[in-house]
Amino acid sequence: MLTKKYLVKEKDYVNAGKVSSLIKKELKTIGVDESVIRKIAIASYEAEINMIIHANGGEIIFSIDDEGVITLVFADTGPGIPNIELAMTPGWSTASDDARQMGFGAGMGLVNIKRYSDTFDLKTSQEGTTITLGFKVI
Amino acid sequence: MILKDLKELKEFEFLVDGDLNKEINGCFIGDLLSWVMAKGQPGDAWVTVQAHLNVAAVALLREFACLIICDGAAIAEETIEKCKEEEFPIIKTELSAYEVSKVLSKLL
Repeated sequence: MLTKKYLVKEKDYVNAGKVSSLIKKELKTIGVDESVIRKIAIASYEAEINMIIHANGGEIIFSIDDEGVITLVFADTGPGIPNIELAMTPGWSTASDDARQMGFGAGMGLVNIKRYSDTFDLKTSQEGTTITLGFKVI
Repeated sequence: MILKDLKELKEFEFLVDGDLNKEINGCFIGDLLSWVMAKGQPGDAWVTVQAHLNVAAVALLREFACLIICDGAAIAEETIEKCKEEEFPIIKTELSAYEVSKVLSKLL
Protein backbone atom coordinates (compact mmCIF):
# COMPACT_ATOMS: atom_id res chain seq x y z
CA MET A 1 0.00 0.00 0.00
CA LEU A 2 1.39 3.37 -1.04
CA THR A 3 -0.21 6.66 0.00
CA LYS A 4 0.79 10.21 -0.89
CA LYS A 5 -0.82 13.50 0.05
CA TYR A 6 -0.58 16.74 -1.92
CA LEU A 7 -1.83 20.24 -1.14
CA VAL A 8 -3.59 22.47 -3.69
CA LYS A 9 -3.80 26.22 -3.16
CA GLU A 10 -6.86 28.37 -3.86
CA LYS A 11 -6.86 30.41 -7.11
CA ASP A 12 -3.36 29.19 -7.93
CA TYR A 13 -4.06 28.99 -11.68
CA VAL A 14 -0.38 29.18 -12.56
CA ASN A 15 0.48 25.94 -10.80
CA ALA A 16 -2.77 24.20 -11.71
CA GLY A 17 -2.01 20.71 -12.97
CA LYS A 18 1.19 20.38 -10.98
CA VAL A 19 -0.15 17.73 -8.60
CA SER A 20 -1.62 15.76 -11.51
CA SER A 21 1.81 15.85 -13.18
CA LEU A 22 3.43 14.53 -9.99
CA ILE A 23 0.84 11.74 -9.77
CA LYS A 24 1.44 10.87 -13.41
CA LYS A 25 5.19 10.64 -12.80
CA GLU A 26 4.52 8.43 -9.77
CA LEU A 27 2.36 6.10 -11.89
CA LYS A 28 5.06 5.87 -14.56
CA THR A 29 7.63 4.97 -11.91
CA ILE A 30 5.38 2.20 -10.59
CA GLY A 31 4.98 0.93 -14.16
CA VAL A 32 1.22 1.41 -14.61
CA ASP A 33 -0.10 0.83 -18.15
CA GLU A 34 0.00 3.96 -20.36
CA SER A 35 -3.73 3.82 -21.17
CA VAL A 36 -4.61 3.77 -17.46
CA ILE A 37 -2.18 6.63 -16.77
CA ARG A 38 -3.92 8.73 -19.44
CA LYS A 39 -7.35 8.17 -17.87
CA ILE A 40 -6.05 9.04 -14.43
CA ALA A 41 -4.22 12.13 -15.72
CA ILE A 42 -7.38 13.55 -17.33
CA ALA A 43 -9.63 12.89 -14.33
CA SER A 44 -7.02 14.12 -11.87
CA TYR A 45 -6.29 17.30 -13.83
CA GLU A 46 -9.97 18.21 -14.01
CA ALA A 47 -10.54 17.60 -10.31
CA GLU A 48 -7.44 19.59 -9.40
CA ILE A 49 -8.57 22.50 -11.59
CA ASN A 50 -12.02 22.42 -9.97
CA MET A 51 -10.45 22.75 -6.52
CA ILE A 52 -8.52 25.81 -7.70
CA ILE A 53 -11.34 27.52 -9.60
CA HIS A 54 -14.37 26.74 -7.48
CA ALA A 55 -13.14 25.84 -4.00
CA ASN A 56 -10.56 27.12 -1.54
CA GLY A 57 -7.97 24.62 -2.64
CA GLY A 58 -7.66 21.47 -0.55
CA GLU A 59 -5.82 18.20 -0.56
CA ILE A 60 -5.39 15.33 -2.96
CA ILE A 61 -4.64 11.89 -1.61
CA PHE A 62 -3.25 9.28 -3.96
CA SER A 63 -3.07 5.64 -2.96
CA ILE A 64 -2.51 2.28 -4.55
CA ASP A 65 -3.35 -0.90 -2.66
CA ASP A 66 -1.76 -4.34 -2.82
CA GLU A 67 -4.28 -5.48 -5.44
CA GLY A 68 -3.34 -2.60 -7.73
CA VAL A 69 -6.47 -0.50 -7.22
CA ILE A 70 -5.66 3.19 -7.41
CA THR A 71 -7.75 5.63 -5.38
CA LEU A 72 -7.67 9.39 -5.67
CA VAL A 73 -9.46 11.58 -3.12
CA PHE A 74 -9.97 15.28 -3.82
CA ALA A 75 -11.16 17.02 -0.65
CA ASP A 76 -11.84 20.74 -0.55
CA THR A 77 -13.40 23.15 1.93
CA GLY A 78 -15.20 25.19 -0.74
CA PRO A 79 -18.84 26.28 -0.82
CA GLY A 80 -20.10 22.92 -2.12
CA ILE A 81 -22.08 22.19 -5.28
CA PRO A 82 -25.69 23.45 -4.91
CA ASN A 83 -27.07 21.44 -7.82
CA ILE A 84 -25.14 18.30 -8.71
CA GLU A 85 -27.39 17.47 -11.68
CA LEU A 86 -26.63 20.83 -13.32
CA ALA A 87 -22.95 20.57 -12.46
CA MET A 88 -22.84 17.19 -14.21
CA THR A 89 -24.44 18.61 -17.38
CA PRO A 90 -21.91 18.99 -20.22
CA GLY A 91 -21.27 22.68 -20.92
CA TRP A 92 -22.70 23.97 -17.65
CA SER A 93 -20.24 26.13 -15.75
CA THR A 94 -20.13 28.71 -12.97
CA ALA A 95 -16.49 29.66 -13.61
CA SER A 96 -15.52 33.34 -13.28
CA ASP A 97 -14.67 35.53 -16.28
CA ASP A 98 -10.99 35.41 -15.26
CA ALA A 99 -11.02 31.63 -15.33
CA ARG A 100 -12.86 31.53 -18.66
CA GLN A 101 -10.36 33.88 -20.28
CA MET A 102 -7.66 31.36 -19.45
CA GLY A 103 -9.62 28.59 -21.16
CA PHE A 104 -11.08 27.07 -18.01
CA GLY A 105 -14.82 26.80 -17.40
CA ALA A 106 -15.78 24.72 -20.44
CA GLY A 107 -18.32 22.92 -18.29
CA MET A 108 -16.65 19.57 -18.95
CA GLY A 109 -14.81 19.08 -15.66
CA LEU A 110 -17.09 16.75 -13.73
CA VAL A 111 -18.22 15.12 -16.98
CA ASN A 112 -14.63 14.21 -17.83
CA ILE A 113 -13.88 13.09 -14.28
CA LYS A 114 -16.79 10.64 -14.29
CA ARG A 115 -16.15 9.44 -17.85
CA TYR A 116 -12.50 8.60 -17.28
CA SER A 117 -12.74 7.00 -13.83
CA ASP A 118 -13.82 3.41 -13.08
CA THR A 119 -15.64 4.38 -9.89
CA PHE A 120 -16.88 7.86 -9.02
CA ASP A 121 -18.25 9.14 -5.73
CA LEU A 122 -19.16 12.75 -4.99
CA LYS A 123 -20.14 14.08 -1.58
CA THR A 124 -20.90 17.76 -1.23
CA SER A 125 -22.23 20.13 1.41
CA GLN A 126 -21.76 23.78 2.33
CA GLU A 127 -18.61 22.73 4.20
CA GLY A 128 -16.93 21.35 1.11
CA THR A 129 -16.80 18.70 -1.57
CA THR A 130 -15.03 15.36 -1.66
CA ILE A 131 -14.64 13.37 -4.84
CA THR A 132 -13.31 9.83 -4.61
CA LEU A 133 -12.19 8.11 -7.79
CA GLY A 134 -11.13 4.52 -8.29
CA PHE A 135 -9.10 3.07 -11.14
CA LYS A 136 -8.29 -0.54 -11.89
CA VAL A 137 -4.79 -1.19 -13.12
CA ILE A 138 -4.99 -3.60 -16.04
CA MET B 1 5.61 13.83 -40.30
CA ILE B 2 8.18 14.78 -37.70
CA LEU B 3 8.81 18.08 -35.92
CA LYS B 4 11.81 18.78 -38.14
CA ASP B 5 9.42 19.09 -41.12
CA LEU B 6 7.76 22.05 -39.40
CA LYS B 7 11.02 23.61 -38.34
CA GLU B 8 12.03 23.88 -41.98
CA LEU B 9 9.10 26.23 -42.65
CA LYS B 10 9.82 29.91 -42.03
CA GLU B 11 6.32 30.57 -40.66
CA PHE B 12 7.07 28.48 -37.57
CA GLU B 13 9.38 29.88 -34.92
CA PHE B 14 10.57 27.18 -32.52
CA LEU B 15 11.00 28.67 -29.03
CA VAL B 16 11.93 25.24 -27.68
CA ASP B 17 12.96 22.42 -30.02
CA GLY B 18 12.67 19.27 -27.91
CA ASP B 19 13.24 16.12 -29.93
CA LEU B 20 12.97 17.19 -33.58
CA ASN B 21 12.56 13.57 -34.67
CA LYS B 22 9.34 13.26 -32.65
CA GLU B 23 6.34 12.19 -34.75
CA ILE B 24 3.29 14.41 -35.17
CA ASN B 25 0.27 12.15 -35.73
CA GLY B 26 -2.53 14.68 -35.92
CA CYS B 27 -3.72 18.13 -35.00
CA PHE B 28 -6.10 19.45 -32.37
CA ILE B 29 -7.31 23.04 -32.37
CA GLY B 30 -8.89 24.41 -29.21
CA ASP B 31 -8.67 27.00 -26.47
CA LEU B 32 -10.96 25.39 -23.89
CA LEU B 33 -8.66 23.32 -21.74
CA SER B 34 -11.22 20.68 -20.70
CA TRP B 35 -12.19 20.04 -24.31
CA VAL B 36 -8.55 19.74 -25.22
CA MET B 37 -7.93 17.30 -22.36
CA ALA B 38 -10.92 15.18 -23.32
CA LYS B 39 -10.72 15.24 -27.11
CA GLY B 40 -7.04 15.70 -27.97
CA GLN B 41 -4.98 12.62 -28.68
CA PRO B 42 -1.39 11.82 -27.72
CA GLY B 43 0.89 12.78 -30.59
CA ASP B 44 -1.33 15.63 -31.78
CA ALA B 45 0.06 19.08 -32.51
CA TRP B 46 -2.05 21.32 -30.28
CA VAL B 47 -2.90 24.64 -31.91
CA THR B 48 -4.16 27.36 -29.56
CA VAL B 49 -4.02 31.03 -28.65
CA GLN B 50 -3.81 30.17 -24.94
CA ALA B 51 -0.21 30.51 -23.85
CA HIS B 52 -0.16 30.72 -20.04
CA LEU B 53 1.75 28.24 -17.92
CA ASN B 54 -1.18 25.91 -17.46
CA VAL B 55 -1.23 25.20 -21.18
CA ALA B 56 2.17 23.56 -20.82
CA ALA B 57 0.74 21.38 -18.03
CA VAL B 58 -2.13 20.24 -20.27
CA ALA B 59 0.18 19.60 -23.23
CA LEU B 60 2.49 17.47 -21.09
CA LEU B 61 -0.30 15.59 -19.34
CA ARG B 62 -2.02 14.84 -22.65
CA GLU B 63 1.30 13.92 -24.29
CA PHE B 64 0.87 16.12 -27.31
CA ALA B 65 3.69 16.23 -29.86
CA CYS B 66 4.04 19.99 -29.60
CA LEU B 67 2.34 23.26 -28.78
CA ILE B 68 1.70 25.68 -31.63
CA ILE B 69 0.69 29.15 -30.44
CA CYS B 70 -1.06 30.73 -33.40
CA ASP B 71 -2.15 34.25 -34.45
CA GLY B 72 1.02 35.70 -32.90
CA ALA B 73 -0.53 35.42 -29.43
CA ALA B 74 1.74 36.62 -26.62
CA ILE B 75 3.42 33.77 -24.77
CA ALA B 76 4.14 34.01 -21.06
CA GLU B 77 7.85 33.68 -20.28
CA GLU B 78 7.09 31.08 -17.60
CA THR B 79 5.38 28.90 -20.24
CA ILE B 80 8.55 28.92 -22.34
CA GLU B 81 10.65 28.19 -19.22
CA LYS B 82 8.44 25.22 -18.33
CA CYS B 83 8.73 23.86 -21.88
CA LYS B 84 12.53 24.27 -21.72
CA GLU B 85 12.62 22.41 -18.41
CA GLU B 86 10.58 19.54 -19.87
CA GLU B 87 12.25 19.74 -23.33
CA PHE B 88 8.79 20.12 -24.79
CA PRO B 89 8.50 21.80 -28.21
CA ILE B 90 6.69 25.13 -28.27
CA ILE B 91 6.27 26.92 -31.57
CA LYS B 92 5.12 30.45 -32.33
CA THR B 93 3.45 31.48 -35.56
CA GLU B 94 1.60 34.46 -37.00
CA LEU B 95 -0.60 32.03 -38.98
CA SER B 96 -4.21 31.48 -37.92
CA ALA B 97 -5.34 28.10 -36.58
CA TYR B 98 -6.97 27.44 -39.96
CA GLU B 99 -3.76 28.25 -41.84
CA VAL B 100 -1.73 26.05 -39.49
CA SER B 101 -4.13 23.15 -40.03
CA LYS B 102 -3.78 23.57 -43.81
CA VAL B 103 0.00 23.30 -43.52
CA LEU B 104 -0.27 20.29 -41.23
CA SER B 105 -2.78 18.48 -43.40
CA LYS B 106 -0.38 18.71 -46.35
CA LEU B 107 2.46 17.24 -44.30
CA LEU B 108 0.56 14.57 -42.40
